[in-house]
Amino acid sequence: MDKLSQAQSELREMDALAASDSPVHRLHPLCKLLVTVCYIVTVVSFPKYDFTGLVVMVLYPILLFQAADIPVSTCFYKLRVVLPLVCAVGLVNPFLDPTPWMQLGNLTVTGGVVSMVTLMMKGIFSLMASFLLIATTPMDSLCAALRKLHVPSILTTLLLLTYRYIGVMLEQVSVMTEAYKLRAPGQKGIHISAWGSFLGQLLLRSMDRAQELYDSMLLRGFQGEFFYADVPPCKASGIVYTLVCVLAFAVARLVPVTSLLGNLFVG
Amino acid sequence: MHMADALLAPAVAATMYAASTVTVGASVKQLRKDEATAKLPTMAVTSALVFAGQMINYTIPGTGSSGHLCGGMMLSALLGPQAGFLSMVVILTIQCLFFADGGLLALGANCWNMAFYGCFVGYYLLWKPIMRSKLFSKMGTKAAGRSKIILASVLGCIITLQLGAFSVVLETSLSGITELPFGTFVGIMQPIHLAIGLIEGLITSAVLVFVYEARPELLMDVNTGDAAVQSKYSLKTTLMILAVVVAVVGGGLSLVASSNPDGLEWSMFGNAEAGYSENMGLDEEDYGISSGAAEVAGSIQEKTAFLPDYAFANSDSAAGTTVSGLVGSAMVAGAALLICMGGGFFRKKKIAANS
Repeated sequence: MDKLSQAQSELREMDALAASDSPVHRLHPLCKLLVTVCYIVTVVSFPKYDFTGLVVMVLYPILLFQAADIPVSTCFYKLRVVLPLVCAVGLVNPFLDPTPWMQLGNLTVTGGVVSMVTLMMKGIFSLMASFLLIATTPMDSLCAALRKLHVPSILTTLLLLTYRYIGVMLEQVSVMTEAYKLRAPGQKGIHISAWGSFLGQLLLRSMDRAQELYDSMLLRGFQGEFFYADVPPCKASGIVYTLVCVLAFAVARLVPVTSLLGNLFVG
Repeated sequence: MHMADALLAPAVAATMYAASTVTVGASVKQLRKDEATAKLPTMAVTSALVFAGQMINYTIPGTGSSGHLCGGMMLSALLGPQAGFLSMVVILTIQCLFFADGGLLALGANCWNMAFYGCFVGYYLLWKPIMRSKLFSKMGTKAAGRSKIILASVLGCIITLQLGAFSVVLETSLSGITELPFGTFVGIMQPIHLAIGLIEGLITSAVLVFVYEARPELLMDVNTGDAAVQSKYSLKTTLMILAVVVAVVGGGLSLVASSNPDGLEWSMFGNAEAGYSENMGLDEEDYGISSGAAEVAGSIQEKTAFLPDYAFANSDSAAGTTVSGLVGSAMVAGAALLICMGGGFFRKKKIAANS
């Protein structure tokens, strides 16, 4: 599958996930957004050698995945985007930081290895959290939540419209690429002679389409902002969820939970 | 160049969020003055197009590889810097949310590295001066326009990408994430992005030249006979502006990268480290030993320990804490695995019951 159809199917998959129903889906979008941000901030704030402390943080996404009725494995595919960059930065650490961190029998674990593992875990955990947010929250609810946070309406409207049009554009470009490929067999990409005209043609057509779109929006009474009628006020469950999560993150960050747990069993 | 959350410390991420938020605020304010609502659909469609367009592979002649489009320069040439910036912010947000390309916390930094430089620096320092200059005026209007677009896009992409790559290095180093010395990191990132910038610039210019020939009025600052856009800057002024840009960017980068890498490295990592432990209010030596909860746990531990007096060879007290940390971590990981498996089990049961 090429990049374009890949992106299309990913968008569809995320839409389908967000449209299903579970206790997590029913939570207020603003609460989910705040908790996700708190979670990621907590995860990245762990010191670079403290991977034992960081492990506890895995419980939040894992539990939420189960409550949302989404298999954890669905988000693993997305790791292909995150891990290369994180690895590129992290992989040099073992070579540049050879300070021994602990002795496991004859094996010396260096600080570099520990910081690399911690870095990768941070990458994976924060990816899981933002995946959960978008897999349980439809785009318009998220935009409504952003509006509640006083994000300018021009930005949220633009976000919604762009999101709507990305599907259309991906399809267009995908059809065009397919047609081009069929006419240019054995060629890897767009030839230099068509560099400008390929996307340029589509751009010109789309700009005209956008004008028509705007005219039709005006005829339907558009005045610069969409209205989100179906976002109910935040219920008590949402507030409790937010408070419990934030408190749990604070405890996990300040109390070395895993060490205490381990202390129970190791002398 | 999308940064992941793990590459940033919260303080750096917050700073970059603040910088990007201020730019968004200024752009929104500026746009409201000139009919933002009328521009909205065009912005949305163009940013969706740029998003999809970035996935097209362009064959680079003579090589086996392919290049991609540069979003920032193209959007600001079509929509202007403020609208272009907002469109880029939206593209980056969607990439982050739906495609895991760049993290949620790193969004502020990504907007700055890619959208701010691409739109504002690219537009005000390169696109506008070059397009309004009298450069290539001997070649005739059409040919001069083409040449100016190519020059502006290529220079714009190269310089904005260099600035972006440098910011990535700076932000990662300030976050104390990598052990890679600052100078080496810069030395790796800048040349790579020089080549990428050149290719992206050429592809972007090809698309913009096509638009220029078909519908020049769609581009910003293009001379279409409109008096307001008539050549404003003389050749001399344009060259002066360009020289200043090149001097600032090139000089700044080389100064930071090579003059005293060790000193810089020391100050960065030193400060980052100090800031880190201060921020957390934690002392690593003290970690997990002196808290009240630990003492309570200690009393329970004597009764429950299944590995009493167990220690590894040469382990001192710090390593001892580490060991319990490891054991605890393994237990948490095991619990997580169990939860996953349990969830999967119930899901399967539910599916079976439904069918």
